[in-house]
Amino acid sequence: MSTAIVTLGSSIAAPASPGRRLYPPRVWAVILAAYGIVAVAIPVLHLAVPASSPLHLSDYTVTLVGKILCYATVALAMDLVWGYTGILSLGHGLFFALGGYAMGMYLMRAIGRDGVYGDPVRPDFMVFLDWKELPWYWLGSERFLQQALLVVLVPGLLAFVFGWFAFRSRIRGVYFSIITQALTYAAMLLFFRNQTGFGGNNGFTDFKRILGYPLASPRTRVVLLMLSATLLLSVLVLCRALVLSKLGRVLTAIRDAEDRVRFCGYDPVSFKLFVWTLSACICGIAGALYVPQVGIINPGEMSPANSVEIAIAVALGGRGTLLGPILGAALLHGSKSVLTVAVPELWLFVLGLSFIVVTRWLPRGVLGLFWREGRS
Amino acid sequence: MNLDTPAGPVLYLSGVTVTFDGFRALDSLSLLVEPGELRCIIGPNGAGKTTLMDVITGRTRPDVGDVQYGEANDLTRMSEAEIVHAGIGRKFQKPTIFRAHTVFENLELALKMDKRVVPTLRARLTPEQEARIDEALGLIGLRGKARTLADLLSHGEKQWLEIGMLLVQEPGLLLLDEPVAGMSDEETARTGELLRSLTGKHSLVVVEHDVHFVDSIARKVTVLHEGRVLAEGPMDVIREDPRVIDVYLGR
Repeated sequence: MSTAIVTLGSSIAAPASPGRRLYPPRVWAVILAAYGIVAVAIPVLHLAVPASSPLHLSDYTVTLVGKILCYATVALAMDLVWGYTGILSLGHGLFFALGGYAMGMYLMRAIGRDGVYGDPVRPDFMVFLDWKELPWYWLGSERFLQQALLVVLVPGLLAFVFGWFAFRSRIRGVYFSIITQALTYAAMLLFFRNQTGFGGNNGFTDFKRILGYPLASPRTRVVLLMLSATLLLSVLVLCRALVLSKLGRVLTAIRDAEDRVRFCGYDPVSFKLFVWTLSACICGIAGALYVPQVGIINPGEMSPANSVEIAIAVALGGRGTLLGPILGAALLHGSKSVLTVAVPELWLFVLGLSFIVVTRWLPRGVLGLFWREGRS
Repeated sequence: MNLDTPAGPVLYLSGVTVTFDGFRALDSLSLLVEPGELRCIIGPNGAGKTTLMDVITGRTRPDVGDVQYGEANDLTRMSEAEIVHAGIGRKFQKPTIFRAHTVFENLELALKMDKRVVPTLRARLTPEQEARIDEALGLIGLRGKARTLADLLSHGEKQWLEIGMLLVQEPGLLLLDEPVAGMSDEETARTGELLRSLTGKHSLVVVEHDVHFVDSIARKVTVLHEGRVLAEGPMDVIREDPRVIDVYLGR
């Protein structure tokens, strides 16, 4: 077609993305320093420093940091769909919880004979309900690899099917948000039932070991912490690479002018479906690492309030910045763990107020306060 | 960007009638656009200009009549998406661009290439593609603003950028709906230059209200009135036509 291209004297047009570099060296230094503190310094202070020393970090602190790392990973996944693609999900806690349940099933089976009833196959709650054998969907759940696959597959498949219907029907904006909220609420009600076969309102708890390593041991705890930190770092790199690719630019274009994207020849549905499903899979992995660290998973994780907190963490840190949501999750859950102990009645007010402040005065979140990048 | 179109017309409409609740928006209208032509369509409000555009892009179906694009495409049987795919680009009155992207990135996103998910994920611009974007930047006069966020452009610049985005999709036919609405005199003049520079390489159909603007760019003008072609020809002939003066240009 286009043979007669004008000869170009001076081609000023530079390539669109700043090369293959993900972050400038200065930002990399901050990221790696943070990773070093979490994945090296904290383990050392926990394992090597004697408990009598003021520098020793308690079990509680290590678990808290591990939890925050998982929440931060979820916030990243949320930023991908909300901050970059403009899809506000108020049900992301569901994907996180499903990943947690898939891992929880393995952990329940790994208890073995050490349960209250000492049954070698059935988890305690099944014995209590007088179930004679495992339901079909529990088959093979003693195999770690199978459950690890389900951690990704179950949230991914659910997100794909849900997204396929929602995006094809062009459900957008607040309507989409409300449906996601209803979805997680419905799942919560389902999981509350004893007959569903996931332990009802108690969920899964009293885990003993993972892959043979005792969960109560400081070493296992530290390994899980390091894994969580590594997951967060890998997801950050993945998201950043995605955002800088042409696909990332299409996602942002969908956020800003979906019809024009369609007129340009793209099919917005498949792009949304891709990022939506990927985001759900990431949440599943984060949930799977969260459960062995906190030692419990129950339907409360699917409550709409949890999903709203994910969105608040992203808004607080700064939508469409990736690093912001990590910061937001740390701020939110850090202050939550302090405040709910010190002044529990104040926590919800603080949460609500911070959301108002961010929405009204900090459109680019806390990160936007001290880091101005030319573009989102 | 030459067109490999055979000698026949790019666009061919014959006996097209569209009625809305008994009102004849188009009344057995016929129109022929040659390759590389810049055709202006003028007419008073309600003359059927927008309906005509809608018929060409598949948004409205004619009751009777032929609408043919190139040799092979019967537009009355194609969906809107298929028509876009076949190479008819339409620019709406209000500019829609990707405001959070730079001018360069806007053109990159629009550029003709494989637009499925996985190829998009892996896409890297080839030197030829970069050259094509650069050429478009030159045409629309935004080479100096390639790195500027589209949101920061003036109204006129946004319109040019959108025209550029249509151009890099290599359309066979470009439909422009009132491209100079809301523009300053200087911007209007530059838009005129831009459109004139596209003639010969692209086939354009411009619907416009601004008679002075049409006067400045058009070789051939079609005047619509009550869904029919009232007159057709060079602007200086049209201007003297008593019927056109009567219904549109005024005394």
